[in-house]
Amino acid sequence: MSAVEAELPLWPPVNPTRGPFAPLDEAERQRYVGPVRRVRLPTGAAAWLVTRHADVRRLLRHPAFSSDVNRPGFPLLRPLPPRLAEDNKGGFLQMDGAEHARLRRMLTAEFMIKNVRRIEPLIDRTVEESLDALAAAGPPADLVSTFALPLPSMVICHLLGVPYADHDFFQTRSRTLLDRGMPPERIQHDVGELRAYLRALIDAKRARPDGSDDLLGRLIRERVEPGELDVGELVGMALLLLIAGHETTANMIGLSVLLLTREPGRYAILRDDPDRTADLVEELLRYLSIVRTGLFRVATEDVEIGGRAIRAGEGVIVLIALANRDEEVFDDPDRFDPYRQAHQQVAFGFGVHQCIGQPLARAELRIALAALARRFPDLRVTAAPEELTTRDNSVVFGLDALPVTW
Amino acid sequence: MTAADRPVGEKRTVRVEVDRDACCGSGNCVLTAPEVFTQDDADGLVLLLAAAPPVGNAELVRRAADLCPAGAIRVV
Ligand code: HEM
Ligand code: SF4
Repeated sequence: MSAVEAELPLWPPVNPTRGPFAPLDEAERQRYVGPVRRVRLPTGAAAWLVTRHADVRRLLRHPAFSSDVNRPGFPLLRPLPPRLAEDNKGGFLQMDGAEHARLRRMLTAEFMIKNVRRIEPLIDRTVEESLDALAAAGPPADLVSTFALPLPSMVICHLLGVPYADHDFFQTRSRTLLDRGMPPERIQHDVGELRAYLRALIDAKRARPDGSDDLLGRLIRERVEPGELDVGELVGMALLLLIAGHETTANMIGLSVLLLTREPGRYAILRDDPDRTADLVEELLRYLSIVRTGLFRVATEDVEIGGRAIRAGEGVIVLIALANRDEEVFDDPDRFDPYRQAHQQVAFGFGVHQCIGQPLARAELRIALAALARRFPDLRVTAAPEELTTRDNSVVFGLDALPVTW
Repeated sequence: MTAADRPVGEKRTVRVEVDRDACCGSGNCVLTAPEVFTQDDADGLVLLLAAAPPVGNAELVRRAADLCPAGAIRVV
């Protein structure tokens, strides 16, 4: 590290006093927000930080940025665990170009709006059953462990054809994978266990084809058996969906309830004006932007972004959470406004990696929040936002627990 | 875009082109302008319901082009 690089501000800044709603505090904003600038990463490497909405969108749509963590210069927050080729298989989140498109396109139809509409009754039922159990147990309760987390987890398990009974096993391990504080050996160990678990599940499904109408069953029949898709690739795709499919929506539900119940009028909108729920969810996605440490890319060519020359081989960190607070695009961006038109929010990313699960996530959030407000109109959080422990070290920001009563 | 470009109750229609090779199947266009865009049942990629969208959709079509993460929609 050169002397100049040692003086660069560190990304991400560690600051447990920010509370759950501000991606950065005032002093940190001075250091990080604005034109493209250099930062230092915990690994000692330098990278570019991109925070403006226009720069973020241009960069994520630009073909000269790679998502491949194994490329030299890729910005890392922790050293990569030693990886075998098998460990990378199927993980299209970290692939580029035709390789990425090939796997993503095997899934896009599964998660598109019209198919998610078909599974809305399943989401409805899952929500109602969870809320029945919550009502029967009575107050007080931890809303994260009783509702926010089980709901998306049950839905993605059902869609994939993974037994929900095993959720403790994959939830503890997927949390390890998302935790920046974990040593590389531990990550590698847990990835290995998750892959072995999914591999055994897929092998069992192949050994006893039952025509089951779940995603893994369909991909086995339509892609693996005809020889289009390797089993290792299917394992990697299932792993990605399992992890991306529950922590994210779960954390959004927890934070949304905390935010909405702070002012009684806001929470009541869900009940009194259900037609507004979809717009309200867009504003929640914008304001809460749970992927706060950023999206990571490395330039494959020299490109100019936001007036800066980024050279091939240099790393960039794309802060969608700050793009979502850009005053050029959103008036009074630090205010949560339930009546805002927030369709320009980029909480799901932008470019060809934009979240494939967004129709599912939107439906889950809409249905979960509306049902909660209808059945528990007097729900109150019993801790101040500052008292709640947050997942500051996680790639996906969220609350560990949310104590409520009603 | 200036206000002059989008008169209220716009009469003129626009023409849209989509690039299915570039499309990543995000479905943003379907969410934004469901009368104009849909997704293919087979591969989830964009399909046009009408190359010349119904009158009144011009603004939404431009918005869909702007929000398309893959830059796969062109308004001509
Ligand atoms: C509110 C909840 C969610 C948020 C905020 C969210 C956010 C994101 C973001 C920002 C990306 C882009 C990553 C990048 O560009 O590097 C992404 C990708 C992805 N998400 Fe989500 N996500 C959510 C829910 C879901 C759900 C429910 C699923 C389950 C199907 C899912 C599956 C995926 C997958 C598979 C990718 C990788 C797409 C690709 O690389 O082509 N996500 N998500
Ligand atoms: S918004 Fe763009 S990438 Fe998404 S489905 Fe429509 S054309 Fe394809």
